[in-house]
Amino acid sequence: MEARTPVSALLTGPQGLPRLLSGLSETGATMTLADHARVHGVLPRTSPRELIEAVHRSGLRGRGGADFPTAVKLQAVAQRSRGGAVLVVNGSETEPASAKDRLLLTRLPHLVLDGAVLAAGAVGAGEVIVKVGEGARGSLQALDGALSVRADPVPIRVVAGPEGYVAGEESAVVQLLNAGVPKPTFVPPRAFERGYRGRPTLIQNPETLAQIALVARYGDRWYRELGTDADPGSALVTISGAVAAPGVYELAFGTPMTDLLSAAGGSTEPLQALLVGGYFGTWVDTSRAFGLRLAREDLRSVGCSLGSGVLIALGESACGLHESARVIAYLASQSAGQCGPCVYGLRAISDAFGALADGVANERERERVRRWTTEVRGRGACHHPDGAARFVDSALAVFGGEIDWHRRQRCTALPAELPVGNREPRRATAATARRAFRR
Amino acid sequence: MSARLRVNPIMCEAHGLCAELLPELIRLDDWGYPIIDSPDVPPELLRLARKAADACPTLALLLEEGRE
Repeated sequence: MEARTPVSALLTGPQGLPRLLSGLSETGATMTLADHARVHGVLPRTSPRELIEAVHRSGLRGRGGADFPTAVKLQAVAQRSRGGAVLVVNGSETEPASAKDRLLLTRLPHLVLDGAVLAAGAVGAGEVIVKVGEGARGSLQALDGALSVRADPVPIRVVAGPEGYVAGEESAVVQLLNAGVPKPTFVPPRAFERGYRGRPTLIQNPETLAQIALVARYGDRWYRELGTDADPGSALVTISGAVAAPGVYELAFGTPMTDLLSAAGGSTEPLQALLVGGYFGTWVDTSRAFGLRLAREDLRSVGCSLGSGVLIALGESACGLHESARVIAYLASQSAGQCGPCVYGLRAISDAFGALADGVANERERERVRRWTTEVRGRGACHHPDGAARFVDSALAVFGGEIDWHRRQRCTALPAELPVGNREPRRATAATARRAFRR
Repeated sequence: MSARLRVNPIMCEAHGLCAELLPELIRLDDWGYPIIDSPDVPPELLRLARKAADACPTLALLLEEGRE
């Protein structure tokens, strides 16, 4: 894919892109430790303080969806650690339309593990746990293989947990490890205060750790050579929907949205909207989306964030209302079932939205959906209801104008089949969901 | 001294006593779960807020006093 870095120039980082994906094999093979060392050089020795400072200067933010400054998180755990902290690599990737963490873990496990070892050293963690979904066979296999050939200064083990949208949430990961239950808990205490076995726990996304592995090698100045001042560096974006070559792409922050679509082979038909940030994300109609760059400030201006780096292009042949209804039904079904406002609220929102999409509900129903999305926010133990409410509000804002039309005639749009659920075959899922909504 | 109301949504089972005892600050949603529009408890309601927190059958209503 790109020229190998000569050993003599190990600490000179790759120019331009790819960075994280340097040396990625085109055959789909997992990069061996030897190839990894050839591409990126051996793991540098840095003091905890140096590393945290370099990460701070780099401006790196977490890539799991919360977009939190990574150095602040490292510092918070380092302060409390006293050698007893734990690092959890959160490779759950429960977002159905995201594939970047799986790509890193299956193809470039050594880069992620390097980052894990560095982060563990930086915060004084005596143990690393890599958590993945039990359906992620490729990741499990690649991690086992990678760990068997590495000699790391800290014990690293892999834990596979049940799939499910909220199972990747931080407190759910902690409760899985503590009690075998993959459900969120009431916070505080947050994981960095009291997490795995009551110890300060740093939970990081695989991409964040892979970025740390690069910053430690090539420095924060190199890191900032790409991107914008406010959003330096590169990001992995999973692009899907009506594009010719859906997949995971590494792109510099500041890249225009239209270039992101070109990177994925361009659109296969005229587009009507983009879903930015996954299922906790936001629909943006193309007239606004095409003017945006991959940058927090641009995304914020239309009320969205990059989330875990998911971009879905919706073609004009599809129906935004029906596609959204399927996603909302999925999100409602993924409630952990612990908090009333989430269990009953999301179910009611989903039923009402489905009725609106099917043209069998009136304006009053739409007002109820609006009231419910306001009311459920902030009232779960985790942010599941908040994310779902944000998605629904954006769906109403972008596709709401079509509700009247749906009431008057049958919608003849083609299914776009946004993925719901990681493990079910997509076709079967889509058919089931459509049956549920076409009463 | 400041006091704030919070609900532990995992513990809450929608008994609704809180909204009866403290309607000034707590209303119920369509399924009987409490909505707290503004969590700050004014001094004149502090006594009632304590009562409501004590009355919650599942101890889901939390009154956090004296914290910033």
